[in-house]
Amino acid sequence: MNRKQRIMLMRIIASALMMIGLHFIPAQGVLGFVLYMIPYLTVGYDILLKAVRGIIRGQVLDECFLMAAATAGAIALAIYEGSGDYTEAIAVMLFYQIGELFQSYAVGRSRRSITALMDIRPDYANVEDGGKLEKVDPDDVAIGSVIIVQPGEKVPIDGIVVSGSSSLDTSALTGESLPRDIHEGEEIISGSINMTSVLKVKTTKEFGESTVSRILDLVENASSRKSKSEDFISKFARIYTPAVCLGALLLALLPPSLNLISGNAAGWEAWIYRALTFLVISCPCALVISIPLSFFAGLGGASSAGVLVKGSNYLETLSKTKIVVFDKTGTLTEGTFEVSGIHHGTMPDDELLEYAALAESASSHPIAKSLQKAYGKPIDRSRVSSIEEISGSGITACVDGHPVACGNDRLMRQLGLGSIPCHSTGTVIHIAVDGAYAGHIVISDSIKPHSAEAVRELRAAGIERTVMLTGDTEKVAAEVARKLGIDEVHSELLPEDKVEKAEELIRTKPPKAKLAFVGDGINDAPVLGRADIGIAMGAMGSDAAIEAADVVLMDDDPLKIAKAIRISRKCLGIVYQNIVFAIGIKALCLILGAMGIADMWLAIFADVGVMVVAVLNAIRALFVKNL
Amino acid sequence: MKKSYEIEVDCAACAGKMEAAARKTEGVRDCIVDFMMQRMIVEFQDGADRAAVMENVRHNCRKAERDCEVFI
Repeated sequence: MNRKQRIMLMRIIASALMMIGLHFIPAQGVLGFVLYMIPYLTVGYDILLKAVRGIIRGQVLDECFLMAAATAGAIALAIYEGSGDYTEAIAVMLFYQIGELFQSYAVGRSRRSITALMDIRPDYANVEDGGKLEKVDPDDVAIGSVIIVQPGEKVPIDGIVVSGSSSLDTSALTGESLPRDIHEGEEIISGSINMTSVLKVKTTKEFGESTVSRILDLVENASSRKSKSEDFISKFARIYTPAVCLGALLLALLPPSLNLISGNAAGWEAWIYRALTFLVISCPCALVISIPLSFFAGLGGASSAGVLVKGSNYLETLSKTKIVVFDKTGTLTEGTFEVSGIHHGTMPDDELLEYAALAESASSHPIAKSLQKAYGKPIDRSRVSSIEEISGSGITACVDGHPVACGNDRLMRQLGLGSIPCHSTGTVIHIAVDGAYAGHIVISDSIKPHSAEAVRELRAAGIERTVMLTGDTEKVAAEVARKLGIDEVHSELLPEDKVEKAEELIRTKPPKAKLAFVGDGINDAPVLGRADIGIAMGAMGSDAAIEAADVVLMDDDPLKIAKAIRISRKCLGIVYQNIVFAIGIKALCLILGAMGIADMWLAIFADVGVMVVAVLNAIRALFVKNL
Repeated sequence: MKKSYEIEVDCAACAGKMEAAARKTEGVRDCIVDFMMQRMIVEFQDGADRAAVMENVRHNCRKAERDCEVFI
């Protein structure tokens, strides 16, 4: 509690104690009035002051004026009726203040705990200066400097480990609780925590450009991108208060006037009392506070699970997602090619692989890389000579004096050789050695371990249609889609075709169903931007993804897509619950108040009660572990 | 030109009032008050004197809601 809140608490307690005391003092008349005014002013003087100030400025409809009018009206009514019962008016003020205090305390608490959840900001960087460690502002560290990260410290700036190896806790970034091992020469991402031993890191970026800064920027701006629900509530709040006040005025004037006209007793007291009850319910606070709080908690909960959502509006769109479009490579598959089979070899498999790896040794194509990786031994370039690349077909070279040709069936045809077609899916590399066909190697991109489960979970989460877009061949694409259970495949697409396809899908979908596109963010940026909601996966270290996407999944796990949707559904569910609940209870109280069934006690209890329940419900959006 | 300022405000409805007041201030193109982060993001009109505009923003916010602070 801060100082303001402590003072308020003292005032509430003092006032409540005085009220209990006064209960036992049978003071009447002027003395009674004076005595009762002490707790009233103790707890509500600031409200009264603000109300007066509001009147001077012509702002009649702020909640302070309304509370002041309701309570002062009730006191005036008590004096007029000569009942001397001021308890009700004072209790209304007391409970109103308790409600305000609770709200400010709860919001402050959750603000702190949610921002702590996202607290990945490093406070300093260690720079070695003449054998001594010096702590400096990460902003002052130039690119290429060597910084020291001790165990327990946050990695302040992106870089490459120059010495040492350790385990990293990346849970604040990815939500992944398993530590990640890091060794010399590997890239290290800021925001993770060094766990076991000292690392020397050569920085590759400035602090402002580092992952941690970009993420912080994104997270901190998220709650300022307001959702439609928030806009609705702020508009509603603007008309709600004047409408209720107008209702109160009509209630105070109209029925008694009608009574007078029809020749009955006017009954002013009863109708004015009902009008004052209206004023008690006229504050829209429960609504106004609980909706942004729900979104804030939802955003916080999502980021603790490694899902960064760029704004409340995106959380809202995400919850309405019905169609999920995937990019294949890098999203559902690893994006790294691996040798998955060696067939029809006229020589031992590893010998064939050795020829292929050596022939392709000069190429930087992913396929060449995968051959070299499968070969696994260092490549002696001196064994290879007269490398010739035949565009669109493959490579010919001389390995250890043997002419070798590596490439597709077109290359084999050009060389006048027959090739044996392959039945497995993937890219097929045919190899000829010494002018004779020597077999082929199949290279394929492996499906991520969680991809199939991810598609199943999406379906369980109510996604109606899954689509895969890929530049790969139809055969490969169909095979992957079949394995994963994806509904629809569009293959052999060039990057611009992907945008076109995505646009076509957006045009033809039902208007209420939102379309999400999931990509790895490296070459999908235009499509990420075009979809209703762009989800980038594996964003650790990829700046393009953080820029283009609306939702960023910090690790590579496609299961997080369904999780993100479930988090957004829960959050929006809470938002709607709060809207319906708060408006419903208020409407009910207004009806009961107008009919004279609900008195001021009920009104203030309902008002404060709704707010407490709505705030507690909002905080529930933070809990996403078991979703 | 957008800039973010820290603010201090107690209730969400008051934050809404600040937002409305700031938006009406001359030299402000748009303003978003982020109650949860206790921040105000002000988009200035081209060529506006930021310091002077912010003084007015603070003044107008105070007029709309006395219990608020804008840290310029």
